[in-house]
Amino acid sequence: MRIFRASIVVTIMIAALVVAGARPAAAADSIDPDADFKAFRDYFTKLFPNVPLNDFVNGPYSMDAELRKQWEAIDDFPPYDFAVDRGKEMFATPFKNGKSYGDCFPDKGIGIRQNYPYFDDKTGEVITLELALNRCREANGEEPYSYVTDEMASLTAYMAFTSRGKPFDIKIPNDPRALAAYQNGEEYFYARRGQLNFSCASCHVQNPGNHIRTEVLAPALGIVAAMPIYRSEWNGMGTMSRRLVTCNSQVRGVPLKPQDELYRDVEYYLSYMSNGLPISGPGARP
Amino acid sequence: MRGAIAQGSALFVAAVLAAVLFANARASAQALPGQALAFDRSKGNCLTCHDIKGGDSPGNLGPPLADMKARFPDRKELAAIVFDETKRNPQTVMPPFGRNLILTDGEIEAIVDFLYTR
Repeated sequence: MRIFRASIVVTIMIAALVVAGARPAAAADSIDPDADFKAFRDYFTKLFPNVPLNDFVNGPYSMDAELRKQWEAIDDFPPYDFAVDRGKEMFATPFKNGKSYGDCFPDKGIGIRQNYPYFDDKTGEVITLELALNRCREANGEEPYSYVTDEMASLTAYMAFTSRGKPFDIKIPNDPRALAAYQNGEEYFYARRGQLNFSCASCHVQNPGNHIRTEVLAPALGIVAAMPIYRSEWNGMGTMSRRLVTCNSQVRGVPLKPQDELYRDVEYYLSYMSNGLPISGPGARP
Repeated sequence: MRGAIAQGSALFVAAVLAAVLFANARASAQALPGQALAFDRSKGNCLTCHDIKGGDSPGNLGPPLADMKARFPDRKELAAIVFDETKRNPQTVMPPFGRNLILTDGEIEAIVDFLYTR
């Protein structure tokens, strides 16, 4: 019943967006990530024919020449450097049991960020990098970190840094649970919420490159490649979790808990949409 | 008897207090001019998306708000857009200020008054 209702919602939502030409949508009556992927990419590349595909991972800088100049000026001493250094140190420091982060990941955790999130067929859920890091800590008898503070940002900053340039390689296995997770993430991304009645897509699909006050909105295509980010506005680093929670708060909605299953599904959807684009994180944003 | 008088005067005090508070609330609501409501980030916050003469750092998700009287001779139409533009255009990203209780009807009227001066 719930699935039935959800599919009606998606159908209505997609129909409405297709009518308006706002939604890069594929057929509504079946879950077809490949068709979605193609429609999504076509939408952005047609909207910004002069932006090279791999430049979308640079978010607002790919859409605004003035911002880009400012970014290039600070990039000799990027503000996320301290986080990368700290993450590297954390990776090199053993847990109390003598093991370390590298023992939890393929290739010792180096150059693997582009493979996250992935669908775990044993537990039937989406595993993000942040979740995998905390599960690694817990499996080794350490307390998990908060998903929105500097420790988690440092770890993911280092892992992204060692993966720079590697293309996103997100897989959606032919498993109804994986497809459902993908669909739930997609649905959340396009659903309006909060007192301001915004969906994620209101800004990042309908208005990339436009200004909210002086801020340039980033395109959804490639938006996850730069995570985690240093934001001048935050005076510090922000994880993917922090970004999702603040987006929800900014539209005066009720944020989910960091790494809630739905947030992970959104990250799964968005990362799949960015397949083939290079990891650019950690990023720096105004 | 004394009890009844005490009760009566307590009621009277409460009524006076309520009247004063109510009058104050009304006065402060009336004192907010449309421009202040339009520019206030927790109220209209129009500048986030619209360029308006007299406002700083406007965004551009929506069109500039200029020549409003010529563009919207029917003020009901303009008020309806502020109240809930999704009715006319389901794809708009403009928040439904009236429907979602961000602005009262009176506040929307004040903003329309202000917009008519731009």
